Amino acid sequence: MARPDVALDPTSVPVPGAGAADAIKQRIFVASQWQLTWWRFRKHKVAVASALVVIGFYLVVMGADFLAYADPNASEAQRSLMPPQRVHWLDGWRFGPHVYAVKGTRDVQSFRRVYRADPGEKIPIRLFAKGFEYRFLGMIPTTRHLIGVDGDRDATNTIFLLGTDVQGRDLWSRLMYGTRISLTIGLVGVTMSLVLGVVLGGLSGFYGGIADTLIQRAIEILRSIPTIPLWMGLAAALPRDWSILQVYFAITIIISLLAWTELARVVRGRFLSLREEDFVVSARLVGCSQMRTIFVHMVPSFMSHIIAATTLALPAMIVSETALSFLGLGLRPPAMSWGVLLQQAQNVQTVALSPWLMLPAVPVIVVVMAFNFLGDGLRDAADPYGR
Amino acid sequence: MLAYIGRRALLAIFTVWAISVLSFAIIQLPPGDYVTSYIAQMASMGSVVTDEEAQNLRIQYGLGQPIYVQYLKWMRLIAQGNFGMSMEWRRPVTEVIAERFWLTVVVSVASLFLTWVLALPIGIYSAVRQYSVGDYVGTFVGFIGLAVPNFLLALVLLYLGFTLFNAHIGGLFSPELQDASWSVARVWDLLKHLPIPALILGLAGTAQQIRIMRANLLDELRKPYVVTARSKGLTEAALILRYPVRLALNPFASTIGYTLPYIVSGSIIVSLVLGLPTVGPLLLKALIAQDMFLAGTIVLLLGVMTVIGTLISDILLVWVDPRIRLEDT
Repeated sequence: MARPDVALDPTSVPVPGAGAADAIKQRIFVASQWQLTWWRFRKHKVAVASALVVIGFYLVVMGADFLAYADPNASEAQRSLMPPQRVHWLDGWRFGPHVYAVKGTRDVQSFRRVYRADPGEKIPIRLFAKGFEYRFLGMIPTTRHLIGVDGDRDATNTIFLLGTDVQGRDLWSRLMYGTRISLTIGLVGVTMSLVLGVVLGGLSGFYGGIADTLIQRAIEILRSIPTIPLWMGLAAALPRDWSILQVYFAITIIISLLAWTELARVVRGRFLSLREEDFVVSARLVGCSQMRTIFVHMVPSFMSHIIAATTLALPAMIVSETALSFLGLGLRPPAMSWGVLLQQAQNVQTVALSPWLMLPAVPVIVVVMAFNFLGDGLRDAADPYGR
Repeated sequence: MLAYIGRRALLAIFTVWAISVLSFAIIQLPPGDYVTSYIAQMASMGSVVTDEEAQNLRIQYGLGQPIYVQYLKWMRLIAQGNFGMSMEWRRPVTEVIAERFWLTVVVSVASLFLTWVLALPIGIYSAVRQYSVGDYVGTFVGFIGLAVPNFLLALVLLYLGFTLFNAHIGGLFSPELQDASWSVARVWDLLKHLPIPALILGLAGTAQQIRIMRANLLDELRKPYVVTARSKGLTEAALILRYPVRLALNPFASTIGYTLPYIVSGSIIVSLVLGLPTVGPLLLKALIAQDMFLAGTIVLLLGVMTVIGTLISDILLVWVDPRIRLEDT
């Protein structure tokens, strides 16, 4: 393919010795937009690291039941509010991770359960140990878990890496399952707002005129309403007898109904700037249908922007769900999400006595930060021709 | 300028209308109506409401009429300053929320104010001393502020205050002044308790404002007029504060519109965690008890308060930026 800009560039004339730099230049000239985006993104180290963190979280989503070692709903009154057990990595001089067995008694004065580790009784932690039955990836029935203990779990023969909640349920396992719900609810919600945002933003930017004015005013109105009271009102109106799944979808719809505005704004902006571009005008002139102009010519050229905006919208979704569930208006037990787990940490007295109940806040913060950095990196990379 | 303000005011009125419809929807959404819940409540207390009484109540509240008629009736009552009765408190809604509503306004305005007071100097500093240690610290704190949901921040601070200093940092008043009537001592007490909730609520906004201020000021600092001013021998401080900062302030003013709804939203959850006597905890309780007139009124008032705040920021923006005034004339 003849590229006039390359031919006219004096450095592109093969000169012995200048071959390497030249080859790089050639590569840049012929690279596709996606390749350029990827090269640019790769340079943003923090964003790449964040991408790995996000991928890690979604691996947890897929393998939650494999990573959990205890049934997240199995409560054990004998093990209420047990602090996290310390893992001892060395057994004598050999590598042999284990925890000490824990004896629980009730304090006569405060009536709280107190726990004491017994160094005499070691419980080894095994890899791929047997535990409760589940289907790996939803298909393969198995009882193997990443870690676990020999023999059957009972009140003494057990591990609690992150301690237990009031009902004596294992926090680590609950956290794994909570990750599954918290992270997928964001995905479902963001998909819904994406559809709304692209359709309404597209209408607004492509047609302009009255549609544009109406949609823009609607966005301005929606953005000036404090969202949380509204969400609370809508969420509280959900019937109490709905199943977990119904509530789950209702909550995503409620959240995404108010969250599409930013995506619509981005899409509209791109449509406006592309509408008068030469390639769009020529597509129209050679008689492409409107649908074809939009989806074959325009959308691919700002796909990367949409992906970046979507990534930036995800953490807001996750936080919204967490906040609603934390208030007791979102998902309700027995559903597990980070917000539901954090509900137990609402009371400062409880938290002061059992600080490990605040641990579900850690993944919230980490994942929100990772998504923010990733989105920033993607947004910068999405415009490889800029700067 | 007047045309601009007029247009913004018109939009504000539209927004208020939209919010009133949404609040009305919230009142209407749960199954059953006010009278059904009232009968259930009376039954739980042992008294019986006769069918005739129920019928009278329904007529009095206009239930059973088409939805839009009910909406108009509700609007008319509100225009008369009557927001209905709170079922749970058995008192008019206005009485229940009066003080709490004003405290919500105070907390929100305080955190907006704090956002500005913090973001302005930090933003200017990180732009003028780009890539300095201070700039990096500011950026880092900013990212934390953006990433940590404010109710979690409140929870962590509450925990740290409790374990490290054995102090309860929540609340807006000391226990002995909780239910006292207003006095100088109570106002002073409020002022002493205000900074922590205001900081927690304002942190995300502050982080955003710092980024905006920094980016805008950096753009301005590279422009030729700055070089000209410097070559004329202006001191650095006067040079930066008098021209580029003034220009960089514009987007700063215009973002109040987005910051305020965010702060008000956040104040609901943060109030619950910190135990602030704002409308937040009241709203949650009302929603759980299906005390819908109370809940709807709170959502409506919060919305209206935000709209007024946004309108003020719009007017402020015209005042700061003469270019907007010129566009319209």
